[in-house]
Amino acid sequence: MLLTIILAIPLLGAIVVALMPKHEETGCRHMGMFFSLATFATSLGLIAAFKPVEGAMQLSLKLPWIKSLGVSFHVGVDGISLWLVLLTTFLTPIVILSAYKHIAKKVKEFIVSMLVLEVGMIGAFVALDLFLFYVFWEIMLVPMYLIIGIWGHERKVYAAIKFVIYTMLGSLLMLVAIIYLYITHGRATGDYTFDYMVLSQSVWSEQAQLWLFAAFALAFAIKVPMFPLHTWLPDAHVEAPTAGSVILAGVLLKLGTYGFLRFAIPMFPWAAAAYAPYISWLAVIGIVYGALVAWAQKDAKKLVAYSSVSHLGFVMLGLMAMTTTGIQGGIYQMVSHGLSTGGLFLAIGVLYDRRHTRLLAQFGGLWKRLPVFAGLFMIVMLSSAGLPGLNGFVGEFLILVGAFTHHGEMAQAGLPYFIWHSRIVTAVAATGVVLGAVYLLHLYQKLMFGPIQNVQNRELEDLSPREVWTFVPLVVLIFIMGIYPKPFLSRMEQAVALFLREYKVKFQASEGYREALPKRLPDLGYRTPKTIAPVKLGMGGER
Amino acid sequence: MPSIDFPLYWIPLLPLLGAALNLLVGRKLSRRAVHLLACGSVLGALLVGLYATFVHLYPLWKAASHAGPGAAVPAILSAPFEWIVAGKVSIKLGLLLDPLSAVMVFTITFVGFLIHVYSTGYMSHDEGYARFFGYLNLFTGSMLLLVLGDNLAVLFVGWEGVGVCSYLLIGFWYDKDGTEKPGDANATAGKKAFITNRVGDFAFVLGMLLLFSVTGTLNIGELSGKTGQLMTIFAPFGVKLVSVAAVAGLLLLIGATGKSAQIPLYVWLPDAMAGPTPVSALIHAATMVTAGVYMIARLNFIYMLTPTVMGVVALVGAATALFAATIGFAQNDIKKVLAYSTISQLGYMFLGVGVGAYSAGVFHLFTHAFFKACLFLGAGSVIHAMSGKQDIREMGGLWKKLPLTSATFLVSCFAIAGIVPLSGFFSKDEILWKAISTGIPGWPAWFPALLYGLGLAAALCTAFYMFRLFFLTFSGESRADETTRHHIHESPPSMTMPLVVLAAGAAVLGLLGLPGVMGPNLFHHWLAPVVDRGAQLAATVSRIQPVSDNALAANHGVEWGLMLLSLTIATIGILVARKLYAGGATPTVERLVGGIPRLHKAAANKYWVDEIYGWLLLKPLRGLAIALWKAVDAFVIDLLGVNGSAAIVDVVGRMSRRLHNGNVQRYLVALVCGVALIVVWVSWPPDRFEVLPSTKVQVGQAVSFDASKELAGEQRTLRYRWDFGDGTPPTEWSPTAVASHTFTRKGTYKVKLQVEDKRWRTEAKETRKVEVR
Repeated sequence: MLLTIILAIPLLGAIVVALMPKHEETGCRHMGMFFSLATFATSLGLIAAFKPVEGAMQLSLKLPWIKSLGVSFHVGVDGISLWLVLLTTFLTPIVILSAYKHIAKKVKEFIVSMLVLEVGMIGAFVALDLFLFYVFWEIMLVPMYLIIGIWGHERKVYAAIKFVIYTMLGSLLMLVAIIYLYITHGRATGDYTFDYMVLSQSVWSEQAQLWLFAAFALAFAIKVPMFPLHTWLPDAHVEAPTAGSVILAGVLLKLGTYGFLRFAIPMFPWAAAAYAPYISWLAVIGIVYGALVAWAQKDAKKLVAYSSVSHLGFVMLGLMAMTTTGIQGGIYQMVSHGLSTGGLFLAIGVLYDRRHTRLLAQFGGLWKRLPVFAGLFMIVMLSSAGLPGLNGFVGEFLILVGAFTHHGEMAQAGLPYFIWHSRIVTAVAATGVVLGAVYLLHLYQKLMFGPIQNVQNRELEDLSPREVWTFVPLVVLIFIMGIYPKPFLSRMEQAVALFLREYKVKFQASEGYREALPKRLPDLGYRTPKTIAPVKLGMGGER
Repeated sequence: MPSIDFPLYWIPLLPLLGAALNLLVGRKLSRRAVHLLACGSVLGALLVGLYATFVHLYPLWKAASHAGPGAAVPAILSAPFEWIVAGKVSIKLGLLLDPLSAVMVFTITFVGFLIHVYSTGYMSHDEGYARFFGYLNLFTGSMLLLVLGDNLAVLFVGWEGVGVCSYLLIGFWYDKDGTEKPGDANATAGKKAFITNRVGDFAFVLGMLLLFSVTGTLNIGELSGKTGQLMTIFAPFGVKLVSVAAVAGLLLLIGATGKSAQIPLYVWLPDAMAGPTPVSALIHAATMVTAGVYMIARLNFIYMLTPTVMGVVALVGAATALFAATIGFAQNDIKKVLAYSTISQLGYMFLGVGVGAYSAGVFHLFTHAFFKACLFLGAGSVIHAMSGKQDIREMGGLWKKLPLTSATFLVSCFAIAGIVPLSGFFSKDEILWKAISTGIPGWPAWFPALLYGLGLAAALCTAFYMFRLFFLTFSGESRADETTRHHIHESPPSMTMPLVVLAAGAAVLGLLGLPGVMGPNLFHHWLAPVVDRGAQLAATVSRIQPVSDNALAANHGVEWGLMLLSLTIATIGILVARKLYAGGATPTVERLVGGIPRLHKAAANKYWVDEIYGWLLLKPLRGLAIALWKAVDAFVIDLLGVNGSAAIVDVVGRMSRRLHNGNVQRYLVALVCGVALIVVWVSWPPDRFEVLPSTKVQVGQAVSFDASKELAGEQRTLRYRWDFGDGTPPTEWSPTAVASHTFTRKGTYKVKLQVEDKRWRTEAKETRKVEVR
C-alpha cells in the first residue's frame, strides 16, 4: 500500500498543480515542492517498513487491472529497487528547487511535467507486471520530451526528437518481446499473464532467450547508454535545462541498468551468459571511450554527459560480473552516480544561469568570486572522481573487486565464466580511475582556477541560499555514502544473494533446453510473494 | 597478538575535526581562532599518540622483546568500524599502533605541529588563512589515517586523501602566475601531481585486487598469515610466471613510485613546489612522499617473499638517488634544488627497504623528515626575507642578516651531506652499508656493489649541490636589487623557533640508530618486531632463497673503512662546492660549465623528461581523445549511423509522399496491380520437391520424389509430371504429388518436375541431381 501512496502523491500533485491558475507561478513552484517533499517524506517510510533480512519482494500489492488480458497493477520493492526509488524521490525536490529561477516560462506546465515524470520513474522501479512496467517506461518519455523540447536551449527540438526516437526504437522491440513472452507463456501453461513474478518462473529455450534478451537488452542499453548507442545522451543533456539534465543523469539512465538487473538477466539467464563477454567489453570500452571523449569536450555540460557514459560502463561491468560484490557495487554506483553527476549538472547549471554559456574557455578563476560554490563543486567533483571517503569510491571498488574475482566465484558456483579473462577486463576498466581524474580535474581547473581573464566573470555572485540548499543534501549524502555505506549495502545484500541463487537455478534449467514453448520451473519459492494465488501448472498445454 | 583496545581514532580524528571546522566556518573566525584550532588539533594528536605509545605500547613492546624473536608483534588496536561489507568483501576500518606506525605518527604530528606553528607566521598575510589551515589539518588527518590503517583499503583512503590535499595545496594560490608559465600554472602543477599519482594508484588498486582475490582479505595482519596463498603461482593465459607476491609487490611498487616520486613517476614533485613553502616542507618532503617507503616497510612480509622484486625496489631507489642528484646540480630555484634533493633522498630510502634493511629505510625517513623540513622552512624564511624571490643567483650574503635561519640551514646541510655525528650520516650510512653487505638472490653477485656505487656517487653529489645552494644563498655579497635588499630581515619567532627545534633534531637524532660497530641501534631494536617479521616468515617458505647478509656483513674492518670513505666523499663534495661557490659563482664555474655545455644544459632542463612524457604519452592521448570524439562519435556513430538512418527514413518518406497525391485513378491502378500480384502469388504452383531417402542411392534402389509438402493444407487441384532424366519417358500427368522411380545404371541424373493447374504450367525451379552408384 505504501508504494501505491508514494506513486499517488506526485500524481495528485500533478493534478492539483494542473488545476491551479497559470499566473500563480510561485504558487505552482511551492505546490510542486510540497508534493515532491511529501513524496520523499513518505518514501522514507520505505526504509522503516523494509526488512533487510528479506531477499524477496516486499510491500507488494497486486490488484487486477485489465483482467481479460491478464494485466495487473502489481508493485513491490526489494533491495535492488529500494534505493533507486529513494534516489528518485530524493532528487525530485532538489531538482524542482534548482529550477525556481531558471524556469521562467510555462512554470505550471514544468511542475506538472516534473511530477508526472516522478510518477513514471517510481512506477518503473516498482512495477512487477511487464505491461505496467512498459506503461510507466513510456510515460516517462513524454514529460522528458517536453522538458527538453520546451525548456531546453538552442537545439532543443533536435535533441528532444533524437531522445524520443532513440529510446522508442529500443522500447518497441521490448514490447514485441513482452508480447511474445505473454503468448508463449500462455500457450504453455494456460495462464495468460503479464505478471513478472509468474513469467519469471518459467524458462525459455536457448534460441528464444537469445532473441528475447537481445530485444530487452537493446531497449535497456540505449537507456544506459552503452557504447555505441550513447550519442543521444550528450545532445539531450546539453539541450535540456539543468533540472532535466539532473533527472536524466540521476535517475533515467539507471532505468537501463535496472532493467538489465530486474528483467533481462533473470528472465533470460542463458542468453545473459552468452552475451556477457560482449556486454562487458562494451562496458569497458564505454569506460575508456567515455572518459577520453569527455576530456576532449569544450562544453562543460557535454563533458559531464560523456562522464556518465564512463561511469555507467562501470555499473554494467559490475552487473555482468555476476558476483554478489559486483552486483552490489553496480547498484551502489547507480545511486552514487545519481548524486555526484546530479551535483555536477547542478554546478554547470549555476554557471549557466549566470553567464548563459557552458564553454570552458569562457570561464576560469571563478574561485575568487564564488568560494562557497567552489567548495561544494570541489566535493562533488572529487566524489565523481571516486575519491575514497566519498560515495563514488565504494561502488567503483566493489565493481572492480567483483569483476576481478569473477573467474573464481563462477568456478565455485559451478557456472561458466562469462567475462573473458576478467582480470584483464578489470585492469582495462581500472584505467578509468586515471582517466576520470584527468577529465574532472581538467574541468575544474578550466572553470575555477587561474586568474579571472574574462571581464564578464568579474562581478559574478556567489550562491544564493536557495542554491546552497540544492547542493547541501547531495553533499551530505555524498559523505554519508562514502563513510558509512553499510546501511545501504546491507539492505541490498539479501536481494542480490537471492538474485544470484535464482540465477543459477534458472541458468542450469535453461541450458540445453530447446523446445518452442517455455517450461515452468518447480516453484522457486522464495521470490513469489504470498499475495499471488497459486496458478495451475499446465505443462506444455497446447503443444 | 598482545594487544589492547585504545581509542586510537582520536589521533586522525582531531586534525580532521579541525579541518572540518576551519573549512566550514573558518572564514568567519578570527585568525587567532583559526590557528589555535589548527595547531591545537595537531598538538592533541601528538599528545594522544605519545600517550598511547609510551603508556600502552611500550610495555607490550618490552614484553615482546623479552620473549625474543618469533614473538607476536606488539600492537594497540582500535575497535574496527565496518566500512564496506558486501558479498565476500568485508573491510573493517581498524587502526593499529605498532612500533612502525608509532614512529610515523610521531614524525607526522611532531614535524607537522612545528610546520603548523611556522605557517602562522609564514601565511599571516594571506587571505586564504582558514582555507590553508583547513587543508593542512585535512592533510595531517589523512596522513595519520594512512599510517594507522590496519588494512590496505584504509591505507588507500589515507593515500588518496593526502593526494587530494597535496593537489589542493599545490594549487593553493590558484590565481597566481607560476614562475615559468602565465595563467594557471599552479593549478596545472596540482593537476599534474594528482594525475601522476593516480597513474601509480591504478597499479596500486590492481595490486590490492590481486591480493584480495588470492587471499580474500586486505587486512595487513591477516595477509601476513597467508604466505601460502601469496606464494601461489600467477599464471595469466595459463603461462606460469612468478608468485602472486611478486606481481602484487611490483604493482604496489609502481603505486609507491607515484606517491614517493621515484623513477619513472617522479616528475610531479619539482612542479609541486608551486605550493606555499610550509606545504613543501610538510607534504613534499617530510611526510606524504615517504608514504611509499612506509608502505613497503609495512608490507615487508610480501616483499621478503620475492627477492627479485626487492632488487627492483633497490635499483629504482639507487638510480633515482643519483639521477635526481645530478639534476640538483643545475637548478637555480632554491625550492627546486630542495625538491630534487628530496627525490634523491627518497631514493636512498627505497634503496634501504629494497635490500631488506627496513629499519634503515624508515630511520632515514625519520631523520630526513627533520633535516629536510628544516631546510624547506629555512628556504621559506629566505624567500620571506627576499620578498618572494626564489632564484639563488640573486641571493648571497644572507648569513649576516638571517643568523638563525642560516645557522639552522647549515646544520641541516651538514646533516643531509652525511657529516658525523649529525643524523644524516648515521641513517644514510646504514643504508649504504646494508646495500653492499646484503645478497639479493636472483641478482648477480656484483649487484650490491652497483647499488653501493650509485648510492656513494649520489652522496658525493648531495654534499656538493647542497653546499652549492648554501654558499650561493648565504655567503659572499648580496646580489639582490636595492629594494629587495632593503627589506631583508630575520623572520618572526613563530618561524624561527620551529627551525631551531628541527635543526636540533637533525643534529642529534642520528644517535638513536648507531651503526653496529659503534653501539646499540635503538631504532632498529624498536622496529624489530615489525620489520623482522617478513624475514621470519620468508624463512618458513622453502621455495625461496631469502635476502640475507653476504660475506662482507661480518667484516667490521670493512664497515669502518666504508664509513670513513663516505665521510671523505661528503667532505670532498663540500670542499669543492666551497671552492667554486663561496662568495657567488666563481669564474671557475663558468669555465667548468662551458666545458660541458651539453651536459649542463641537459641537467638544467631536467633531461627533458617532462617533454618526453608529453610527446610520448600526453599528446598522443589527447590526440586520441579528440580523434575519438570527432571521428568516431560525431562522424561514424552520429552522422552516419543515427542521422544517416534518419535521413534514409526522410528520403523514403518524401518519395512515398508522391504516391499519396489524391488521384483516384492511380489508386485504382495500384489496387488492381496489387490484387493481381496477390492472386498470382497465392496460386503459383509449387516448384520444390524432396528426394527420399536421399539423393545418393544404389543402383536398383527405389527412389521416391515428393512435392506434397509445398502445398500442405491448401485445397488446390494440381497435376504432376516427372522427368527423371535417365532416358525413360516422362511420367503421365497425375494428381498425386509423389512419384517413385528406380534407376538402373550408375550415373548422375537431373530430375525435373512439371506442375500444371487450371491456369498455367510450370516446371520445377528446383532440379535435383540424383547420384546413382
